[in-house]
Amino acid sequence: MIPEQELFAPGHNACAGCGPAAIARLILKATGDNIIVVSPTGCLETFSSLYDLSSWEVPWMHPLFENGASVASGVEAALRILGKADIPVIVIGGDGGTYDIGMGALSGMFERGHRITYICYDNEAYMNTGVQRSSATPYAAATTTTPFGRRSIGEDRPKKNLAAIAIAHDVPYVATASLAYPRDLMNKVKKSLTVDGPRFILVHSPCPVGWGFDSALTVEVSRLAVQTGLMPVYEAENGEITKVFKIIPRPVEDFLKVQRRFKHLFTSEEGREQIELIQAAANENITKMGLAKEPGRKVKVDAS
Amino acid sequence: MTMGTKRVMEGSMAIAEAIKAARVQVISAYPITPQTHVAEFLAEMVANGELEAEYLKVDAEFSAASVVFGSAATGARSYTASSSQGLLLMTEVLYNMAGMRIPVVITGMNRSVSTPVSIQPDHQDTITFRDTGMIQLYVEDSQDAYNTHIQAFKIGEDRDILLPVLVAADGWTISHTFEPVETFPQEEIDAFLPPYNPLYKLDPKEPVTFGAIAMAHNLMEFRYLHHQVMHHAKKKVEEVAREFKERFGQDYGGLIQEYRTDDAEVILVAMGSLVGTLKDAVDEMRETGTRVGVLKIRCYRPFPDEEIRRVLSRARTVCVLDRSISQGYGGPLTIDVKAALHNQRGPQVLSFMAGLGGKDVTIESVKGIVEKAQKVADGIPVDEEPEFVNMNWNIV
Repeated sequence: MIPEQELFAPGHNACAGCGPAAIARLILKATGDNIIVVSPTGCLETFSSLYDLSSWEVPWMHPLFENGASVASGVEAALRILGKADIPVIVIGGDGGTYDIGMGALSGMFERGHRITYICYDNEAYMNTGVQRSSATPYAAATTTTPFGRRSIGEDRPKKNLAAIAIAHDVPYVATASLAYPRDLMNKVKKSLTVDGPRFILVHSPCPVGWGFDSALTVEVSRLAVQTGLMPVYEAENGEITKVFKIIPRPVEDFLKVQRRFKHLFTSEEGREQIELIQAAANENITKMGLAKEPGRKVKVDAS
Repeated sequence: MTMGTKRVMEGSMAIAEAIKAARVQVISAYPITPQTHVAEFLAEMVANGELEAEYLKVDAEFSAASVVFGSAATGARSYTASSSQGLLLMTEVLYNMAGMRIPVVITGMNRSVSTPVSIQPDHQDTITFRDTGMIQLYVEDSQDAYNTHIQAFKIGEDRDILLPVLVAADGWTISHTFEPVETFPQEEIDAFLPPYNPLYKLDPKEPVTFGAIAMAHNLMEFRYLHHQVMHHAKKKVEEVAREFKERFGQDYGGLIQEYRTDDAEVILVAMGSLVGTLKDAVDEMRETGTRVGVLKIRCYRPFPDEEIRRVLSRARTVCVLDRSISQGYGGPLTIDVKAALHNQRGPQVLSFMAGLGGKDVTIESVKGIVEKAQKVADGIPVDEEPEFVNMNWNIV
């Protein structure tokens, strides 16, 4: 049962079809109200806390862009010394504040072993400032700083593999999730809170404005990212991948063609080549992580 | 009045003793010279169980400031320290925590700022914090450092104030120098400094949103309120220093401290450890009949303009010694003192750049400054201002 209690209040300023808004709501349904949340600068913080309104029905703090993980470390240390370690601490930050400017602080939080769940809602660019690329922007995506042009195919580097970086820090619980599978996301958040040590959850969070799709399709686009193998959904515990969400792989074009940011790939011969490269990357994910569902077997989504 | 125990100790130890006495609960630090001894002494105290605190060793000063920001917002008494580049790296966090009204105590162990690289003391690092909205206190010696750190928690955590407090102490001159320091029994410190109990904190029992967005229709109103609190803090700084004096017999001044200014024709103005040298120089000059005194600025923000006017309006000439420079205009302290005296029928103000990058300021240097002031008072023209004291003109 998904709890009825709403801890992320409506009336905020998110765009129609905003992935992060839906994700924040689900996360708080999973944690309940005995929680402290820190959010570094990003879309979520901006649309949820315009004084004198707030969507946060739980204690919440927005410090700066680059220090979500360090501020949360201080919160957790304070709770320990005050004898209130039973209150869990989570961070909800975007890809800019996590992959890029907050990376040093995040590494420190991992390395010091804080009991904090760091959740990154990954909308794959700086959406709050108007769709500039981040190190989470996927290969060939057009953004305002990686536009398609005569000498540019869009973003020219592959997306940084942040979950792998978390695993390399010996983070005992690392998971990826998607808005398309809300129960799985909520279960992962809940499970993370029971883990002794740092935890990292990466949630793929489509942005209709930045990616360029109909705002009614957010969940569908999210699902396509998973089903094409571009966004593997899995859990890694103590360095080992322990659970993988199986898919019947669909061609990456199904995901790419519904988004304006990949539109240029469909209008040129060069673009076709890029699509092949993206398909190859998806295939590698599928093979390496064993994403493909075995024929004839029904695979159950972890929705306990 | 409580009697303490006098022991010879390093200035950094005096600060660590104060942090221990204040029962700080969360400490975070990143090593930088000359702050390191404080970080080490506190680590030792925590390791030995002398101090019951969480000590977070972090990836950068940016994180050190962020950690104590988070812990203080959660209701734990919190402390960090740094110097020079490390303080500059904290800057963004300091604005943020002052605006959010989170009381933390920060030691700024003064050191010059690169480039040129220097590990020696001046105020170039902490002077840049002028507009952070923090309360900023400059100490004179190790005893003052001990006293002021304990007072800083009481000032910043007061529910009428709720602001971070910077305690600036000159690197080496204070941090690495051994002096007799009187420390006081724990129960007496406890009686002076009650546990930290903030008005608002991160607590699921009473959820509060920290760090919301303001817009054109309300941002300036937040700034106004913060400015009002800083004004109010003047009273608090004085009040806490007075209570500390009554309880412990220690007096290093409140917002300011006057030294032999009553009949002084020339008054020297400075902050930090330089003040000790000035006092010695004044004693020597007084023996030969020179009417000279010292005005120590202990509290740089809020700036004690009224108190400064009251003291300096009696003098003929004022000499401000700055340990930092605002290139293109001059000494930041001079600028503030001149502004405080603006529209007054008062003394002429002379500016001196002194002790930048640890350059020695001797009693002889001070005598030279006073001679210049006397010339000015007698109407004799002097060189262009500001004067850079003890310059090696051979290499310029």
